[in-house]
Amino acid sequence: MTSLPPPSDKKLGLVIDLDICVGCHACVTACKGWNDQGYGAPLSDQDAWGANPSGTFLNRVHSYEITPEGGVPQLVHFPKSCLHCEDAPCVTVCPTGASYKRAEDGIVLVNESACIGCGLCAWACPYGARELDQAAGVMKKCTLCVDRIYNENLPEVDRTPACVRTCPTGARHFGDLGDPDSAVSKLVAERGGMELMPEQGTKPVNRYLPPRAKDRLEETAPLAPLLDIQATGFAGWLDRLLDRI
Amino acid sequence: MHPAPSVIIFSVLTGLGFGLLAMLGFGLAPATGWAAVVTYGAGYALATAGLMASTFHLGNPQRALRAFTQWRTSWLSREAWASVAAMMLMAPVAASAVFAGRLMPVLGALAAVLCLVTVVTTSMIYTQLKTVPRWNHWTTPALFLGHAIAGGALLAGLGNAPVLLLLLGLFLALTFRTGDGRFADRGHTLATATGLGGGSVRSFAPPHTGSNYLMREMIFVVGRKHAVKLRTLSILLVSVLPALVLLVLPAGLIATLLAAVLHLIGAFIGRWLFFAEAEHVVGLYYGLR
Repeated sequence: MTSLPPPSDKKLGLVIDLDICVGCHACVTACKGWNDQGYGAPLSDQDAWGANPSGTFLNRVHSYEITPEGGVPQLVHFPKSCLHCEDAPCVTVCPTGASYKRAEDGIVLVNESACIGCGLCAWACPYGARELDQAAGVMKKCTLCVDRIYNENLPEVDRTPACVRTCPTGARHFGDLGDPDSAVSKLVAERGGMELMPEQGTKPVNRYLPPRAKDRLEETAPLAPLLDIQATGFAGWLDRLLDRI
Repeated sequence: MHPAPSVIIFSVLTGLGFGLLAMLGFGLAPATGWAAVVTYGAGYALATAGLMASTFHLGNPQRALRAFTQWRTSWLSREAWASVAAMMLMAPVAASAVFAGRLMPVLGALAAVLCLVTVVTTSMIYTQLKTVPRWNHWTTPALFLGHAIAGGALLAGLGNAPVLLLLLGLFLALTFRTGDGRFADRGHTLATATGLGGGSVRSFAPPHTGSNYLMREMIFVVGRKHAVKLRTLSILLVSVLPALVLLVLPAGLIATLLAAVLHLIGAFIGRWLFFAEAEHVVGLYYGLR
């Protein structure tokens, strides 16, 4: 049913640290790898080895150059996937009920056997989180690795989304953002975690931790004092003598 | 937004078909017998062809019947219901006019209202999208209704069709003009999209070297450089020229057909622009719009 459930207490989601992400795209690869073999239709590629390759991905890493006021330009790598919005517009527009938000943990999913591939949910999403698979003709999106996080066949350390599990820098965190005492909620409170495009009114669950302010050097030439050599002793006497001549 | 032919054909033909059926249902162009076969037949043919075209847009059209289930929340589902209900309710009215030579004013008016409701539901599929500021405005349903009423009046051969066509042209010009600044007015920028405000932010590198579904579907920049010419052409063809044809040529099948062909070409150009000029906020992430 495409009516949104009442807001759940449990809000599973990701917290992504833009200060730490190095833009290696390992999360993109891990996501594609896991979602090629488990939940739903595999993420297909078209013309993969040809001149114009294209494919379905649930997670993509943009790179932005930001120039803070009075600061120097810096590069910010920006992984983007479904934000599992509380007020998900992609769910309510769906004509078939294929797109739904889980009442128990807030994960937004697509029932692929009911999806007609009209693409309206992708139009309704401000974040570009949904892509219509060109081979299967059904809508694909981040499942928050629902087939990993509750999977008791996996070792406990692996019961986290593939992107989080693989991130070599620890820039991605998974947890319950509905619980104010969870590690992710504390991280968000501490670092001022932000929503993307809040003016769209989607109330995203995922949060982004802004890059920390860079410290600045007080001196423009920190080695300058070392160059101002004061001669002492015999050399000092000679220095003063030569000055007088 | 990508101006997909299937969606352009769908929205233009259903609008025109249901507009014509609405005029007939209201009894504005009373016809019986063979004349009713032609008029109702044209209305049903246009609406059905449009609805068929919409299924070419689907990735899995064999499941299209499922689109009837979510009428509580989805405008697309409501559109499916409204279109079927309008066509079913209009069927006895058409049959009575054709076979019994009798008009059914009450049922006809009811079916006509449903025809116009269908047009509104179609327009709401686009209007509801906050992600496309150009569409997310009351002028979108008004424009779709205007197309249906003016186009329907033209096809039904109503005397006031030239006036309605000219009003449609004026309103089309208004929607082109007012839509231009709406994206900026809503305040969506790369800074709000990424949260990286407090300074300047620009796209440095896209996430992929090739294209993808998002870019093909929602970031359409081809052809915008001809937008001003195409706007003028669409207003001329959809409104001014057919109105002139109706006013100058003697009333009859030839004048109506010529005006209808011009109007239809203009409507297709206008609808192409409706999509091609619409900018989706996801383009911000790519530094494109």
